[in-house]
Amino acid sequence: MTPPTAPLNRRAFGAALVAGAASLPAWAQFRVEISGVGATQIPVAVARFRGDDVAAPSLGVASAIVRADLERSGLFRLLDAPNVIDETAMPSMSEWRARGADGLVGGSVSRLADGRLDVRYKLWDVVKGQDLGGQSLAVPLADMRLAAHRVADAFYERFTGDKGVFSTRIAYVTRAAGRYTLRIADADGEAGQVALTSPDPIISPAWSPDGRELAYVSFESQKAVIWVQDVATGQRRQIANFRGSNSAPAWSPDGRQLVVTLSRDGGSQLYAIGREGGTPRRLTQSPAIDTEATFAPDGRSIVFVSDRGGGPQIYRMGATGGDAQRITFNGSYNISPALSPDGKSMAFIARLGGGTFRLHLMDLASGTVTALTDTNDDESPSFAPNGKLIIYASRADSRDVLMTTTLDGRIKARLLATGADVREPVWGPFNR
Amino acid sequence: MLMTKTNSRTALIALAALAVLAAGCSTPVPLEEKKDVPVETRTGTPAGGAAAGGAQGTPQSQVTTVNLDKSATATVARIVYFDYDSFAIKDEYRGVIEANAKALVAARNKRVSIEGHTDERGGREYNLALGQKRAESVAKALALLGVNDGQMESVSFGKERPAVQGSDEAAWAKNRRAEIKDK
Repeated sequence: MTPPTAPLNRRAFGAALVAGAASLPAWAQFRVEISGVGATQIPVAVARFRGDDVAAPSLGVASAIVRADLERSGLFRLLDAPNVIDETAMPSMSEWRARGADGLVGGSVSRLADGRLDVRYKLWDVVKGQDLGGQSLAVPLADMRLAAHRVADAFYERFTGDKGVFSTRIAYVTRAAGRYTLRIADADGEAGQVALTSPDPIISPAWSPDGRELAYVSFESQKAVIWVQDVATGQRRQIANFRGSNSAPAWSPDGRQLVVTLSRDGGSQLYAIGREGGTPRRLTQSPAIDTEATFAPDGRSIVFVSDRGGGPQIYRMGATGGDAQRITFNGSYNISPALSPDGKSMAFIARLGGGTFRLHLMDLASGTVTALTDTNDDESPSFAPNGKLIIYASRADSRDVLMTTTLDGRIKARLLATGADVREPVWGPFNR
Repeated sequence: MLMTKTNSRTALIALAALAVLAAGCSTPVPLEEKKDVPVETRTGTPAGGAAAGGAQGTPQSQVTTVNLDKSATATVARIVYFDYDSFAIKDEYRGVIEANAKALVAARNKRVSIEGHTDERGGREYNLALGQKRAESVAKALALLGVNDGQMESVSFGKERPAVQGSDEAAWAKNRRAEIKDK
């Protein structure tokens, strides 16, 4: 009995292993693809932090996280700095100047008596020969990566003048082996956690302005229903489950209401609804499709997609409804608007004939439009809270992937996920 | 018992091979590939709307009622296909609409979901709205033939639940559809 079955059992075991691998959580990491950056990169050095390789080895090495963040931004050129420099050191500015560095960061990581980590850092402006000061961040062990991202944010802000977004989070949906999973990860795609997993589609996640809740559309009841979920506790509530479809949630900047697309009165029209649900107030009255609303950062106007003129185009109207002005005029299909945090530019997807859907950016004051990619299946753009990057979904190697791009389209990074399609990205606010 | 040693070995190998096949079958498969087989006609749903394929474990004393009143609904085609970017019901589907309307008018307590779907091209939310338009256009056609509004709910899956996988016109044509489903 044993001789013939043993090898076959091994084969069956192999098949089971393959099936198991397919259901593993999708692991994700960004890979940077930089094109045409030229001389704009600032040469900087991130020294090894004292103790950072032994403090929380399972979570990573703090100085390596800082280095990867700065590199991924595309704005810095990282010089070799193999030696430890901690926050108490007095590195020779002339030596670092000779090595070509404009900026330097050093630090340390140690365990506190209560089990927390103490992540300390100091920044130096090498050109000016100046100590820029530093900080001590005492964090729970699990927040080691967050502390390292905050060091990178501080460095980024000192050397670019803009707030960093390394410590922010992104949400996105993966689809693998017939399951849909709403995930939340650090802005570098690491430390991903599952917010919701379902055998039915999940689309259109949207962060509340305080970063505590996600609104999304789930098809778990075999129709589109809008839910809001508390990210930390997992508590969720239906805010729109009317007759027909309920979709495209967009938070108002004050977080008190959402604009949603409902078909309860026939057609797809925009309605305002409270953050706890309740009776919706109709905002548009058109015989056409009105959907994909998004608030201007000042909360006074709403940008949305409508095919009232024939094909889908982007329009703007007051936050309480009323007359709408068309703002896209090139091409016959412009959808998925996202407004920059300063309200000055709009990212959107334009169809360029046939099956090409490409990410574009419009300067709202002049109406000038530029293509930011050369790919064909772009979807769902979302601005980083500092307005310097856009995250969007695209397709590469027959998979749905996530990309980030700078507003000039020159620096791109790709979120790699094994064995899963990744889509519907949305960048969270500064608070987390 | 009467098997020779070789025979029993062969039997074991066959059994083990079946186990391997079964393991292969249990590999996770995207749900839509399993359940959304593109059929135009569905036959013989037993009265009471019990799901098909519950053969295993059927009690021996079971009697399945065949209700001739309802058999009309059970055998009519329940999918309407659409042209690209269109929600107009083509002439060739007039028969589908009429047969479904007749069945729903005959059974006023019967309720259906009309699910609109699109092909994979374009944005998810805009496609959801397009699918909704297709579902509502079928609902309107049914209402014109006397079906009560309260018997129907128009919903959309946009491009989220394709009937077939693929990125060519053949696949897209199968995916641009509205399905009439019992509630």
